[in-house]
Amino acid sequence: MKAKADYLLEALNIVKVFGTLRANDDVTLKVRPGEIHAFLGENGAGKSTLVKMIYGALQPTSGEFRWMGEKVVVPNPAAARKLGIGMVFQHFSLFEALTVAENIALAMPGPFDLGVLSEKIARVSKDYGLPLEPTATVADLSVGERQRIEIVRCLLQEPKLLIMDEPTAVLTPQEADQLFKVLARLAGEGCAVIYISHRLEEVKRLCHSATILRHGKVVAHVDPTKETAASLAKLMVGGDIHVVHTPRKVTDGKTRLKLDGLNLAADGPFAVELKNISLDVKAGEVVAIAGVAGNGQGELFDAISGERHTKAAMLVMDGKPAGNEGVSVRRRLGGAFVPEERLGHGAVPGFRLSDNIVLTRHASDTDVVRSGLLQKNGAANVSERVIKDYDVRKGKPNPEARALSGGNLQKFVVGRELDRKPGILVVNQPTWGVDAGAAATIRQALVDLSRKGSAVLVISQDLDEIFEIADRIAVISRGQLSEAFPASQMTAEKIGLLMAGEHEVHHAA
Amino acid sequence: MRLEKRAERSNAMAIASPFIAFALTIVTAAIIFALRGNNPFAALYVYFIEPLTAMWSIEQTLVKASPLILIGAGLSVAYRANVWNIGAEGQLTAGAILAGSVPVFFPQWQSPLAFLAMIILGVLGGMLWASIPATLRNRFNANEILTSLMLVYVVQLLLDYLVRGPWRDPQGFNFPKTVSFSGWQTLPYLTSGIHVGVVITVLIALALGLVMSHTLKGFEIAVTGQSPRAARFAGFSEKSTVMFCFLLAGGLAGLAGAFEISSVVGQLQPQISPGYGFAAIIVAFLGRLNPIGVIFAGLLLALSYIGGEAVQTALQIPDKITRVIQGILLFYILACDTLISYRIVTSSPVLQKA
Repeated sequence: MKAKADYLLEALNIVKVFGTLRANDDVTLKVRPGEIHAFLGENGAGKSTLVKMIYGALQPTSGEFRWMGEKVVVPNPAAARKLGIGMVFQHFSLFEALTVAENIALAMPGPFDLGVLSEKIARVSKDYGLPLEPTATVADLSVGERQRIEIVRCLLQEPKLLIMDEPTAVLTPQEADQLFKVLARLAGEGCAVIYISHRLEEVKRLCHSATILRHGKVVAHVDPTKETAASLAKLMVGGDIHVVHTPRKVTDGKTRLKLDGLNLAADGPFAVELKNISLDVKAGEVVAIAGVAGNGQGELFDAISGERHTKAAMLVMDGKPAGNEGVSVRRRLGGAFVPEERLGHGAVPGFRLSDNIVLTRHASDTDVVRSGLLQKNGAANVSERVIKDYDVRKGKPNPEARALSGGNLQKFVVGRELDRKPGILVVNQPTWGVDAGAAATIRQALVDLSRKGSAVLVISQDLDEIFEIADRIAVISRGQLSEAFPASQMTAEKIGLLMAGEHEVHHAA
Repeated sequence: MRLEKRAERSNAMAIASPFIAFALTIVTAAIIFALRGNNPFAALYVYFIEPLTAMWSIEQTLVKASPLILIGAGLSVAYRANVWNIGAEGQLTAGAILAGSVPVFFPQWQSPLAFLAMIILGVLGGMLWASIPATLRNRFNANEILTSLMLVYVVQLLLDYLVRGPWRDPQGFNFPKTVSFSGWQTLPYLTSGIHVGVVITVLIALALGLVMSHTLKGFEIAVTGQSPRAARFAGFSEKSTVMFCFLLAGGLAGLAGAFEISSVVGQLQPQISPGYGFAAIIVAFLGRLNPIGVIFAGLLLALSYIGGEAVQTALQIPDKITRVIQGILLFYILACDTLISYRIVTSSPVLQKA
């Protein structure tokens, strides 16, 4: 081995080609030990592709990686872990029915002793201020705690480089603060961190350097502490970010969506029961439901979309009781729905975009399905229109949904519903994993729709987003919904208290 | 060694896969023949080529292909929806029993209506038997692979009981069989070898192909199979899709049963099908779970039955070779299909340092 290299990881002229798309085009960057290095870029800019190559999940078409000064080929993630590269994914891979220690044991190479491992987990997690109880069952843990498991899992392998893919997307503000302390400490100990995030403020606050990617190319290496959020965004998008314009809402319209004492039993051991949820969404306004992930948002969405049924009177659409009606009937009543999970819920991964148009519009659009027959041209036209209006970027005409990057697919599934000009729109996490430019487009479209007389209900974990677009804000915690307060009366602190359950009604046991 | 998902699947390979599987089957068959001491080339000729050189055996192939295609088309639709009906053999038998009840109880009823009644009862019998595993899955979440398969043996024993007991032909010298069917209680023949069932079969397969590609129902089935959560979001009911798929495949299997007993077999007897209901599973996969592809796959599988009989007569190879070859074919198709979506990765990675 040579004398100590300056850089821990060097990527030199990396190119990755998928078909005709150059996902990474001559990318060169260097990461020093102990540095928190941000990768910034819009969706589809090539961040994930680059990270996957560093982690051995993909191989570059050309170019080379150097690890501590030496050329290295990482054939797979196991080899990456052996080098000392750990990664915390956006989607956790944990078994809910197993304990913390068991989950971590599954990822350990070779044989292990669960008792010894548990002690080690307890020690490392305490040491880093990431409290974890090794014997706790994962199903009982919050999302933040689950993320800690993933982080501790990496830490146990004493990584030299930790890759984090949008780690704060699922955390409360307080949990995010805690995470930043851990990362800063790791960096202090010489561990480098590659940090992917769309939240520019936190990048500014946390990261020592940033590489900005656009369309697969590196457009800049900057010191984020010397930039503003706006200048970073400008580099990412290659232009100015559109600021969401929210005209004053028209004075109270009629109620278009009414939830009236909605109850829904939990449909599994890890599901949330909805208790006595009441909410009015009026024509001309955007109502937002804030809350930490896993507090019943998914269940509430299913109950509103009609994937699960309640008593008829619990949900009223434009004056018609519809709680016991199916999804198609609710769509014909003017409802449109965008679920949180794009792939496999909002869209069929293996279907082309035009077929995914049919998925939610077969009941309401005679252009798409007439007398039980698919109108392929009609669906293709709608698909083209959505792609154009919402700037969905794709590698080839009419690709399969799974071939789109997350943000572009999100633009498609939101656009598919907005294109119908629905009277009632319910969106769960409208801009989850979407870059700043596209997020602004989607938010503006939601506001515009409401101002034309529709009722828009947004379920979101992103407080910035909620404050940007909502007229009224309610908070969900453990399956109970607070009153919806005018946005002008809400503060982050007040929402934090409600998230912690201030409004919950407890019955004596 | 483990399997790793490929980033993209190749459409060309998806089309080529049945051909590759067939070629591998031929090679394997040649090895088996050679191990038995037969000249592999001569045996392959007798098995796969000779039947296609005579009008008589071509007609035989078409007639044998008919039930395979009919059942295979229904199964291909069900399998697209992830509804694993393995019991088509039983549904065929149930259809045959109900259809056979007409000549058994009304041997004198000679009119086109009698024929129609047999066809309808055949379809209903298959549907009835198929509705049992569908109901068990919808109500109790019972695995339909197990229930549909076990019901095959139940209905086969019922048939056995009927032809040995209450339905036995009084003039049949105590053979376990019903009266022989005749007149309007058998299928009309177009030529000396081909009955109308063959034509109806092809029309049904083509119609199902159109249903799958051009109707909302076909879309619903494909969505349910690929992404049950998205199907629910689209407003499609998984339970009704499960029931629909079982009734469709069961009805077609029952129809095939009615055709068989009113043509080739001509009566009810303990054994009315050489395993068409199981072979049709291979047909469905070989035909890419596409009703139109199933037509070609059915012809190939029919050839494997005729060829099996041919090598038995010509080379004294037991006709069990038919099952062996069909099994090998299914194995290779599934293997090829797996390798389209996955690649094999060796488990002990070597870190290369330059």
